[in-house]
This record gives sequence, C-alpha cells and structure tokens, in this order.
Amino acid sequence: MNGAHDLGGMHGFGTVPDKADDHPHPAWYDRAMALTVAMAAWGRWNIDANRRAREDMHPAQYLGYSYYERWIDALERLMVETGLVTEEELRTGEPQGPALTPPVDADGARRMLRRGGPTERQVATPPRFRVGDRVVTRNEHPAGHTRLPRYARGHTGIILRHHGGHVLPDSNAHFRGEHPEHLYTVRFPARDLWGTEADGADTVMLDLWESYLYAR
Amino acid sequence: MSHDHDHPDHSHVPPEPALRVQALESLLTRKGLVDPGALEAIIETYSEEVGPRNGARVVARSWVDAGYRQWLLDDATAAIAHLGYEGRQGEHMVALENTERVHNLVVCTLCSCYPWTVLGIPPGWYKSEAYRARAVREPRAVLAEFGVYLDDDTEVRLWDSTAEIRYLVVPQRPAGTEGWSEEALAELVTRDAMVGAGRALAPGQAGGAA
Repeated sequence: MNGAHDLGGMHGFGTVPDKADDHPHPAWYDRAMALTVAMAAWGRWNIDANRRAREDMHPAQYLGYSYYERWIDALERLMVETGLVTEEELRTGEPQGPALTPPVDADGARRMLRRGGPTERQVATPPRFRVGDRVVTRNEHPAGHTRLPRYARGHTGIILRHHGGHVLPDSNAHFRGEHPEHLYTVRFPARDLWGTEADGADTVMLDLWESYLYAR
Repeated sequence: MSHDHDHPDHSHVPPEPALRVQALESLLTRKGLVDPGALEAIIETYSEEVGPRNGARVVARSWVDAGYRQWLLDDATAAIAHLGYEGRQGEHMVALENTERVHNLVVCTLCSCYPWTVLGIPPGWYKSEAYRARAVREPRAVLAEFGVYLDDDTEVRLWDSTAEIRYLVVPQRPAGTEGWSEEALAELVTRDAMVGAGRALAPGQAGGAA
C-alpha cells in the first residue's frame, strides 16, 4: 500500500522532535498500548493485520493522528472487522449481549508478553539466494500490505544474511495465510537509493522476503 | 521511560484521544473483552521491568566478557535470552557492533518496530515522522541533531526494520573505564546509544539508561 505510513525519504517534517524525552507522557498512551496488547490475546488478528489496519487510512488522517490515535483507530476497526464489537457499541459505548470472559488475566498477560510471537517457520523449498548474491527488488505497487518500502523498489542490493523462513506479511495481513518465505537482510549503497547527497561509504539494510527479490 | 500516574495534569493533551481511549476501555472491560488486571500487568511490565536497563546489561556484559560478545554477535536472540530477556518484540534479535570506523543506526520507516525486550517501549522521537522519514535518507544529519558527529572515514550502516528482526546497537566502550564492574559500565549505556542515536556516556557523565 502506497500510504502515508511509507515515510522513508520524505521531506518537510523538520527536526527530530523531543530528543531529550525528559518529561512524563500522557497516561492515555499507556492505556492505548495496553488495550491493544490485551485485545491481541483474542487471537482474532495478527501483527501484520494490525500494521495493515494502522496504515489503511486516508494519508491526511494518518499524518493528522498522533501515534497512539492510529493504534486505537486500528484496534476499533479490527474489532469490528472480526466481530468482537459492533459499530453501535463503539458509537454508544454501551455493551450489548451477555458479558464475555477475557482470554487473559494479569498472569496470562505477563505470560503472553514473555512468550512473544515468533514468526520463524519451516519453508519446504531451499533458499534461492546465498550470502553475497546480487539481487534486485521488485518494482511493484500492491494495494495491500507489503513491507518493501517505495524508496527501495527496483534497486540492486547484496544478500548480507539469511534469516530462515518467516511469515509473509503480504498475505498474513489480509488473513490469507502465513505463506512463510525465506527472509534476507539485503544491503544497498546509500547513493543508489538517495543520490549524490548520500555519503559514498554509507549503506542501507532492509529485511526482505524472497518474493520481493529476483536474481540479478 | 517516564510515566505520569502521579501527575494527573494532562492539560497539554488534546482531550479527544484521551476521552476516546477512556470510552473504549470502559466498553471493553464491561463487555468482558479485557480484564482490567491484564491492562495493569501490561503497563507495569513496561514501566517497571522491561526497558533500556535490560539492554544496558547486555551491552555491559559484552564489554567485559569477550566470549559473551562473540555469542551476542553470532546469535543475539540466545545470548540476550541467557540474561533473561525474551518475548514480545524481541523474538528474533540481531546485535550490531559500533567501532571506530562503523556506526550503526536503526529505524523503522514503515511503522515503529523496536526491540522491546531490551529497550522497552520506543520514545516519541523514534516514532516521529521526522525520524522515520529522515534517518534513512540523511543519517549523518540526524545523528548530528543528537550530538553525534562522525568522521568522514566512518561508515554509516542504517538498518530499516522492515521484518520481525529486531536490532540492538552495541556502542563502543568509553575510554577510561578499564577495570570497571559490569554494573558500573551498564550505567554508561543509554537507550539512544543502543539505537545508534548516541554514544555511551563517558566516565563522569551522569545518567545512564533511565
């Protein structure tokens, strides 16, 4: 999705804000984070669907929202999409139907955080690329979720590392299955991506799935 | 990471998102979708237990123990789990070593991927549009904003966290710390240094990975 979330390289945002980070943040940030994490325990969606929901909005809304507003907006839409709440419940704030039992209590939540959600999976086919291979990133512009940013499409890089098989976000985000693929760290010369303003010695690394790449 | 449970003055916050979250929390708890105790456990985990102190211990260990350092560089997930840090947003770790000639910097241009198990919840600047947009295109200018000035012969390696691999930068050990204990060294390791947006503190500089 060529959305406003794909920020790499954009101009106009000014200096990096609040670098000292030396003041308390609003309490609702914590509530928004905790609600999002706790609701994931229902297992109705996955981390890729979550990211897809956060980027699937009008670019002006994405940039107008603060960080945790995007989280809350995405959470509300995922809950409606998967039938956990209705639009009417969100509008009125009043729960309908019998009360449910939450999937995790305090201890369950701690176990869930400790366990995490590993995305490494077995892949039946051997890796197509080896460390040191030259590869080109595909120049595609899918309407759905993808993790190949616009700035790195159609560029030549070198395979730096193979990470084994990992869940493919492009399908998992849309509940079309995990379809794990080999994942690689690919190195690009910064000048190839950003032109002569970039330093000739600098490099940019991205973690990219096999179907994002073809052999050069 | 700072929290303001004891500071109820949110006058600088636009009321709308705070109210929206409050209404949502009320709905979800009354409907039985969320256990209030689970929310408190999650918040407490990231305010009390999981934060940059974890990463600082990993880095300090790597400074005093060459065997551990090699393990960290070869298999960061296992080496970090050995110190007790594992779980959400730290499932697949890679450690990046800063040297005299190489400076690593980590960003997530597409969202805000960050190694929670060792650094906690990312700070606002890491999630900002400016950092996400600029770090990848002009890392040296961004680093200068953070007070990190690099020589021309230092190479910048910029890591865009596009998958579930999470990166921990191992900063250079400061000069003048020979013979220091692991605990004392950990006090010099800041959160920013472990993203690559800073250096470890010199002896005598206050602070650490608060």
